[in-house]
Amino acid sequence: MSEAPVVVDDVVKRYGEVAAVDHVTAEVRHGELFGFIGPDGAGKTTLFRILTTLLLPDSGSARVLGRDVVTDLWALRREIGYMPGRFSLYPDLSVRENLDFFASVFGTTVAREYEHIAPIYSQLEEFNDRRAAALSGGMKQKLALCCALVHRPNILFLDEPTTGVDAVSRREFWELLARMRTSGLTIVVSTPYMDEANRCDRVALMQNGRILATDAPAAVAASFERTLLAVRSPDRYRVLLALRDYPHTQRVYPFGESLHLADDRAGIDAARASSEATAFLHDKGFTDARVEPTPPTIEDVFISRMSAVNAPVAAA
Amino acid sequence: MSALFGLLRKEAYHILRDRRTLAVLIFMPVVQVMLFGFSIRTDVRDVRLVIVDPTPDATTLEIRNRFAAGGVFRIVGVSRTEEPLEPLFRTDSAQVGLVFEAGFGRHLAAGDPAQLLVITDATEPNTGTSRQFYVSAVIQQYESDLALRSGAVRITPQVRSRFNPTRESTNLFVPGLMAMVLTIIAALMTALSLTREKETGTMEALLVSPLRPWQIIVGKVAPYLAIGFLATLAVLLVARVVFRVPMEGSLVLLLGEGTLFILVALSLGILVSARTSSQRVAMLAAMMGTMLPTQMLSGFIFPLESMPRPLQWISIIVPARWFVFIARGIMLKGVGLAYLWRETLVLAAMTLVLLVASVRSFRVRLQ
Repeated sequence: MSEAPVVVDDVVKRYGEVAAVDHVTAEVRHGELFGFIGPDGAGKTTLFRILTTLLLPDSGSARVLGRDVVTDLWALRREIGYMPGRFSLYPDLSVRENLDFFASVFGTTVAREYEHIAPIYSQLEEFNDRRAAALSGGMKQKLALCCALVHRPNILFLDEPTTGVDAVSRREFWELLARMRTSGLTIVVSTPYMDEANRCDRVALMQNGRILATDAPAAVAASFERTLLAVRSPDRYRVLLALRDYPHTQRVYPFGESLHLADDRAGIDAARASSEATAFLHDKGFTDARVEPTPPTIEDVFISRMSAVNAPVAAA
Repeated sequence: MSALFGLLRKEAYHILRDRRTLAVLIFMPVVQVMLFGFSIRTDVRDVRLVIVDPTPDATTLEIRNRFAAGGVFRIVGVSRTEEPLEPLFRTDSAQVGLVFEAGFGRHLAAGDPAQLLVITDATEPNTGTSRQFYVSAVIQQYESDLALRSGAVRITPQVRSRFNPTRESTNLFVPGLMAMVLTIIAALMTALSLTREKETGTMEALLVSPLRPWQIIVGKVAPYLAIGFLATLAVLLVARVVFRVPMEGSLVLLLGEGTLFILVALSLGILVSARTSSQRVAMLAAMMGTMLPTQMLSGFIFPLESMPRPLQWISIIVPARWFVFIARGIMLKGVGLAYLWRETLVLAAMTLVLLVASVRSFRVRLQ
């Protein structure tokens, strides 16, 4: 195989003063399920639109399937499948009519492509005559995926496919993607949900138009360079306030049911760090607080790499 | 299956499923013809006349009778003094006042000039003028009858109104109304339909596909061309059946010219939508850019000849101006392409320029 299916080289896209995409360089490998992970406004959608020929970069270059996204747009548009972040099917058309339409746009028919899309379409077929507007969020996403796949694209771009979709449908959707990946299709996906990062082969963490890290999810998580402790207490908020005065706190923030505390001493033993923190909390009167070492996740990496201004301490 | 066919079928679904809009598109032309036909009339009928006659005698009575008999005037009041006139005009009870001077009949019989004051409500100048014209006609008729009786030689002009002998305003406005209706359907609806795709986000899916701008444009234009054609037929049918508007020339030619005009309006709509991104802006732009000029500068309501020069020049780029001229020529005068080829060429050229411009300004990327 020749060039990687997606090669992004120092791409910049500005909207006025704001750089939506700020000197991004990335590469997606053949047959990979690649995720751009980042909060809203990180620049994921703008980057996807540049890669799918919908926007022109201000500077830098991008190649998809070996073709330049600026100069070779008509050839590229035949070969890529793109599912925009915003629902972009016709609400007044039925499931089948939407699918028929997008098949016709590429000069093919649903009948001819049936086997190709069957794994997803079979779940929709019973709603064939239902208007797209009347579908549930998960069903809409499956239909959109079907429409993006109906012309057998060589690469698939999915912009936040699971946003606004319930937890069960999200899991189903990722299982679909994993199954599609086994056919060798390169899939590029974006999501604001950190827990979905583990579903990808490799991820790029994005924030304010920049890529913070690119690696396999486990490797990204392992790159967390501090000792991380999980603190559980019935009085989470007051414990959080107390831990801000703990001399070794690098950063403390709510994480799910617990608090995560990053110890600022490099290379300190996890057991020693947790017992010291426990002792500190006991002195402050939080006798029921439980502290134990915890493996860092991608979200911890993300929080640690974000600028201090954005540290979500106040979010408690 | 071809992409174009897929686009046309999709557009047909959109139009057929939006029942309310479809009903408006079909009934609006008919309702508009009815409204214009029955309400906006510039021909004079049933004028409310008040007569002030200080010294009634045989002469003034005969003149009064002539006004009462014609069918144009309805005498709503007779008075000996002028006092009641003002309030009657103010309350709109009177539209024309006819004031005989005292001793009108006596002066006339003595061969002296007899004074007659004609007052019209000129709130609407055009109708005011028409009413004056009718009043003068009655007086002149009386005068010339009087001259004949006395044996004096008189030149009596015979007046004929060609192409619209009974001066029906319906005949004049139906061509203009066709232009209006077609502009609304063609320009407004296509502009809305394309910007709707931008608003709902479906444009993103269309753009990322290999569809070329001309395919998307043809897919949008063709269905509205069909609806516009049906609307033309509906307007003509109502004009013919209800208002007996004549069709002197070739119906086929008129329908052909109508189709050409729809194409112009459609390309205008596409151009508007290529340059706007929301339905609200597109609607305003289509109204200001196409409907207003069609109404004002096509000669549909206001005669072009009486406009200031700059406005006449502007009217040259208003497609409706040429179509109204063509349609009036065909319907009322029965002229053919041999006479109308210049105007037809202008419309064809406009279509070409606008279509090229809209294909060119159609953005193949997002903003």
